[in-house]
Amino acid sequence: MSASYPATRRVAFPPNWPARIAVALLAIYVIYAAQTLDFTWARFITGIDHGGRFLSRMFPPNVAPDKLQLLYAGMTESLQIAVLSTVFGVALAIPLGLAAARNLSPAPLAWFCRGLIALLRTFHPIIVAILFVKAVGFGALAGVLALIVASMSFLSKLLAEAVEEMSMNQVEAVRATGASFLSVIVMGVVPQVMPRFVGFCAYQLDSNLRNSALVGLVGGGGIGATLFTAFQRFDYDFVLTIVLAIIAIVMVGELLSGFMRRLFQ
Amino acid sequence: MDAAAPFTPDAAGSNADRSLVIRNLRKEYRAGQPVLKNVSLTVEGRGMTAIIGPSGTGKSTLIRCINRLVDPTSGEILFLGQDIAKLNGRELRRIRRRIGMVFQEYNLVERLSVIENVLTGRLGYVAVWRAWLRRFDPKDVDRAFQLLDAVGLGALANQRADQLSGGQRQRVGIARALMQDPDLILADEPTSSLDPKTSVEIMELISKRAGERDIPVIVNIHNVALAKRYADRIVGMSKGEVVFDGPPRELEDSHLLEIYGGEGWLE
Repeated sequence: MSASYPATRRVAFPPNWPARIAVALLAIYVIYAAQTLDFTWARFITGIDHGGRFLSRMFPPNVAPDKLQLLYAGMTESLQIAVLSTVFGVALAIPLGLAAARNLSPAPLAWFCRGLIALLRTFHPIIVAILFVKAVGFGALAGVLALIVASMSFLSKLLAEAVEEMSMNQVEAVRATGASFLSVIVMGVVPQVMPRFVGFCAYQLDSNLRNSALVGLVGGGGIGATLFTAFQRFDYDFVLTIVLAIIAIVMVGELLSGFMRRLFQ
Repeated sequence: MDAAAPFTPDAAGSNADRSLVIRNLRKEYRAGQPVLKNVSLTVEGRGMTAIIGPSGTGKSTLIRCINRLVDPTSGEILFLGQDIAKLNGRELRRIRRRIGMVFQEYNLVERLSVIENVLTGRLGYVAVWRAWLRRFDPKDVDRAFQLLDAVGLGALANQRADQLSGGQRQRVGIARALMQDPDLILADEPTSSLDPKTSVEIMELISKRAGERDIPVIVNIHNVALAKRYADRIVGMSKGEVVFDGPPRELEDSHLLEIYGGEGWLE
């Protein structure tokens, strides 16, 4: 059929029109959104001015003994929130993640669990924390519950994906020995996904340390509550102390999680 | 519960009839496109049966139907007095532990040690918590070491499986299958990923270790020379059907042309 068009050039890299259109639409929307939100240079300059005054009121950080007492109480509570929510989150994520993996569990169950995970992940932990504060009242319990939900949904999603990526050959061989479902999990699945899952859990502990400061802002207890009070009382010098302490704790958490990951490789 | 029952070599079926009868076995992955077209085959309870045939002709499917890694569309698979095609759940697991399997890609659990992989062969008999905590019956552990010696890997018991070479991995695969103390061993292209010398060693090993235990072996194999050398019986398949069935000495070039099709490749 191409006999009459012998010189037709063959195209090695055809243009990807859908991608081009998508990028163009995104650019148009960014410009539109910036305009409607009054995103102007003048406002940015005044903002910097405000920020400068705010920062100058923070120095020097307040290290009065009564303040340090408050800081210590808030920090220990945050640490407890982070550890408790990680441990319970991991415990709940394991069955949910395995049930959500499409190569292990029957299709209807897998889809139900995926739906559940998607639903739980719909809202940011802060929104979930607000809901729990309304439900169970102010304090650490609300923060722990909110972070359990966040940890469980995040870890189960990652676990399900890790399980779906593992080698089914190895699982098949264990299954062929007549092993029960749980034995297949223990000897065929766990060895394959364990190192990655430990990595995820270490990361989750790390991020729960940060999040535990966050949930306090909405009434979930811990250092966040202390921080929020300091803001409201315009104790900006104490705010700085708290912020520095949070930075220190998060860094320690980062080191700790890196160590944990190396331990289990 | 049978889980705690200690290992006894001659318990379940060495004197029982180990023959396998397949009747009208049919498998369609997509409706109307059968990969196996009503295959019927009787395998005696001893010796090695080699199945040869071109790629995509249903050899693997046939072998995988026997231990139900693949579910047949219709037909019967009679073994140890049961129709495997109809079994489910617990009964299926009970028959699976009587059937050892050796895979082309070895299918060892890479992150487990060699000895753990061999002990995987006892999972059909061991409670989950025992497997989890590695509290296997000491007799099973002793036997796993003996089997590793028998396949020539006694010194590597505590190595991780991913550190082994292909030939060594397949030896572990064979030890794992023998660890089940099976009444039948299925081998799906056990030498296709190995070099020619190792291939011979692996076939020799399967033949010898299964032979001395009187375990029948069904092996899928591409290498016709190896099949003729080690098998007592050769089954030739083409397009989902059995087109040759007889002892190796009866397999002529004309049969090979019928099995593999074409001509000119057989010089």
